[in-house]
Amino acid sequence: MIPEIGRFCLYLALGLSIVQMAAGFAGPLRASPRIMALSQSAAFGQFLFVAVAFAILVRLFATSDFSVMVVAANSHTTKPLFYKIAATWGHHEGSMLLWVLVLALFGAAIAYFGRSMPDTFRARVLGVQGLIGVFFLLFIIFTSNPFVRLFPVPLEGEGFNPLLQDPGIVSHPPMLYLGYVGFSTAFSFAVAALIEGPAGGLWVRYARPWILAAWICLTIGITLGSLWAYSVLGWGGWWFWDPVENASLMPWLLGTALVHSALVVERRFSLERWTLLLSILTFSMSLLGTFVVRSGILTSVHAFAVDPARGTFILIILILATGGGLALYGLRAPGLPSGRVFGLFSREGSLVLNNILLVTITGTVFLGTFYPLFIELSGKDKISVGVPYYALTFVPLAAPLLLAMVIGPLLLWRKDSARGWAARIGPGVFLAFSVLILTGAATHGRNLLLAVWLGLATWLIVGAVLILVRRARIGQAPFADSLKLARALPMATWGAIIAHLGIGLLVCGLGGATTAKEEGVALLGPGQSTAFIGRQLTLKDISTGKGPNFEYVRARIDAVAPDGDVIHLTPERRFYPERQSETTKASVRETPLGNLYVALGDQVTDGRWTVRFYSHPLAIWIWLGGFVMALGGVLALVGNRTQSGPRSGDSAAEVRAGSRPAPAPAAAGAEGVA
Amino acid sequence: MSRRPAPRALAALAAMVLTAMFLTLGAGVAAAVEPDEMLSDPALEARAQHISKELRCVVCQNQNIDDSAAPLARDMRLMVRERLSAGDSDEQAKAFLVARYGNFVLLRPPFQPNTWALWLGPFIILGVAGAALVFASRTGAVDPADDAVEDDPLS
Amino acid sequence: MTLSRKMLLAASLAPLLVFGVLAVVLYFGLQQDPSTLPSVLIGKPAPTFALGPVRAGDTGFSRDDIRGKVVLVNVWGSWCGACKMEHPYLMELAAGGAPIYGVDWKDDPADGAKTLKMMGDPYVKVGNDQAGRLSLDLGVTGAPETFLIDRTGRIRYKQIGPITPEVWRGTLAPMIAKLEQGQ
Repeated sequence: MIPEIGRFCLYLALGLSIVQMAAGFAGPLRASPRIMALSQSAAFGQFLFVAVAFAILVRLFATSDFSVMVVAANSHTTKPLFYKIAATWGHHEGSMLLWVLVLALFGAAIAYFGRSMPDTFRARVLGVQGLIGVFFLLFIIFTSNPFVRLFPVPLEGEGFNPLLQDPGIVSHPPMLYLGYVGFSTAFSFAVAALIEGPAGGLWVRYARPWILAAWICLTIGITLGSLWAYSVLGWGGWWFWDPVENASLMPWLLGTALVHSALVVERRFSLERWTLLLSILTFSMSLLGTFVVRSGILTSVHAFAVDPARGTFILIILILATGGGLALYGLRAPGLPSGRVFGLFSREGSLVLNNILLVTITGTVFLGTFYPLFIELSGKDKISVGVPYYALTFVPLAAPLLLAMVIGPLLLWRKDSARGWAARIGPGVFLAFSVLILTGAATHGRNLLLAVWLGLATWLIVGAVLILVRRARIGQAPFADSLKLARALPMATWGAIIAHLGIGLLVCGLGGATTAKEEGVALLGPGQSTAFIGRQLTLKDISTGKGPNFEYVRARIDAVAPDGDVIHLTPERRFYPERQSETTKASVRETPLGNLYVALGDQVTDGRWTVRFYSHPLAIWIWLGGFVMALGGVLALVGNRTQSGPRSGDSAAEVRAGSRPAPAPAAAGAEGVA
Repeated sequence: MSRRPAPRALAALAAMVLTAMFLTLGAGVAAAVEPDEMLSDPALEARAQHISKELRCVVCQNQNIDDSAAPLARDMRLMVRERLSAGDSDEQAKAFLVARYGNFVLLRPPFQPNTWALWLGPFIILGVAGAALVFASRTGAVDPADDAVEDDPLS
Repeated sequence: MTLSRKMLLAASLAPLLVFGVLAVVLYFGLQQDPSTLPSVLIGKPAPTFALGPVRAGDTGFSRDDIRGKVVLVNVWGSWCGACKMEHPYLMELAAGGAPIYGVDWKDDPADGAKTLKMMGDPYVKVGNDQAGRLSLDLGVTGAPETFLIDRTGRIRYKQIGPITPEVWRGTLAPMIAKLEQGQ
């Protein structure tokens, strides 16, 4: 009975999304406020029913209702409740429902929070959002229905992938989808703006909080995924340039470019056409990623459903959505007015450089991911594009981006002078080189690469601080004044400072983990030990036991330092009888200075165990850096709502031209920091 | 004092160093090499592991042969070590496997006519994106009422 | 500097065009199977080998056994489920006179012998490749795989996956017939 209610909810949601779409487009055409309001109600309704359907699916999993096919295929009575619930989105159908839930959530949120938008614009945005919903609800109902029943009802489910029985499954997919699917709002806003015609770039101001929200979630989602891989895969890797990983990285890269180009549109009324294109492309990357993961077109450890039939459906959606968006862009964009010219050596110029490099990096990752497919189609040869390719291409592109990241925020808008900025970045250069030399000396010249990495990290971190220094005039004005200025700084500026700081931390972590890592392997029996990074690693004992649905072998390993400090590690091997498979649970001791990572391998014939150990200096900063970046985004998002109207930089001409609303006196006063 | 040449040279040097440094990015660890496979000569073993990072486990999903626990990956690891012990150079050892499995086994795609687009693509994209964006920023109106503004609140 | 309207229109439609190409690539890509690896040894001479026996007392299987003949070399294992599916059909083909030779891959000879005893032996000769050396030389990525080798010892075709009646009738049998006539 309950699954049928879920099914019915999906049908209702489909109906409502059709209404949302139709009302969203028809309302403005007929200039009817009632029809436009209908699109809002439909958005709320669609979200409600998708949410109920999702809740029902969760309940079916939580109660192990094996009369439903997906529950029988992906769950098991012995799984802990936590993971039973997470299993709701641990397979194709359930995760597609989550996809649509997030889509509906954003639609409803725009309907609710978008009250400051002009009615026609909001209606069109909801119309596009509804259209995407129609596509995907059709996809779910016809090819991936989670509520399909199974007769006869099996007594037990077919279990679950043991790799997914980890806290990561609870947090990584939802965050990823909030980000991935959240960029649908960028797409909707852009398409609505193209339909409306020239609107002075105002659409960017309305779209910005949504773009930021999606970006924040995707940043967290990718960081969580990397952290999950690190803790679960047993060899301390955290990024593999796997096609599905790339599929999540590409929207992130374009989304980052979008966040930055939107700044230029808002502040300088320039790059509007480019930003429209970028908005469409970012979500297209999300759609492409959805396609890659579920069609089986590329081999990947992450591949969900390997089903070309479903793949064809998603491809059609991709063609209609992206093709439609790009066609609309091709026809309407030339008619949009051009923005204002700016010198290339300026804040806008640095943001343009940011976009150029990010788009090129995205294109490179795209090439690496899809080139083997292209080759296969056009000839008999079959090639692989692996880590070495990305390392060789990603680097020369990321390096100038990281260097320029510090200079950019310190440049003036519209036109700056070389003499000016050279003085501004002086402290950054000095400190970066100091760290470089100090690190080189500390490692006795043996690890120059580490010195370079840490120097770069310092450059980035100091650069972030320099933004604060400049804005608060630290060193130029009395400290009390600087304090006041700092407190009055808009949240958006703090957001940029923290986000750029996050990247510095990330680079710091990358440097340590890649250039200073150590590894070793040994065969140990109980009581035996080996030396590693100055500690004595002793296998104390091996014990066995049972978990909720697995049996485990656990090793107790003590890592003793010369000064007596002991680190206790307990790596495990888990055997899941239902799936006849094993996973390894590495034991990691994380400190700000580095991780000691130990994994248990196979037992050899003489009874000893293979133990692998790794040292990853500074690794924790990789993920902390990611989270700090997201935090920066949150600050910028919070700050966004308090800023409406022009900033002190908007010229009178702009306000006169009507491209900006006239300032509210209170707002102008609050900005008053020249 | 002319500042232009020095910053450019510094930038070039920085780019080269950074390129060298990033080449270690993404390098995995030899997760599946068993102690009984490892060669007794540390230099040869280091070479073997270095080569293995560029060889694909053909029955796995995007792993190199050192990272995979698959039996075929083990065979390939042993073969690499055998070839090196027999005196092959790094290139010869790789070519041995390419002769049997094709270019698919190379994680770094070769530079040959059908992969020119792959290796030169990034430069082309950079050129196109650069041109597009520079055009986008150069076309349009110049507003004489616009003054350069310092320190606007938005970053 | 301003872009002419035509240039601007062209530049604005360019992304759509690029996407169109991508869509075509993706569409045809869906028809491909990313997991099969075509052989690079087609047309090349088969490697030399000398495999030990699977059943105790057998003579094993070496390169000399197939010199000057058109043969099928079938790579299998007792651990391989798809091989067990293929096995009955191989028995049928062998009964009809097809020249099938076996390579027992990554198997303990005793396990291979057990399988042959249970399911029958379709092979003219069968050898054990526990170390996987011959299979590596043949570029084997999984089982079952079957190689068609001509009189001059060149590999002419590689069948990835089980030999089914369709594969036999449609591809292998015609090729064998042609090769035996000396083409």
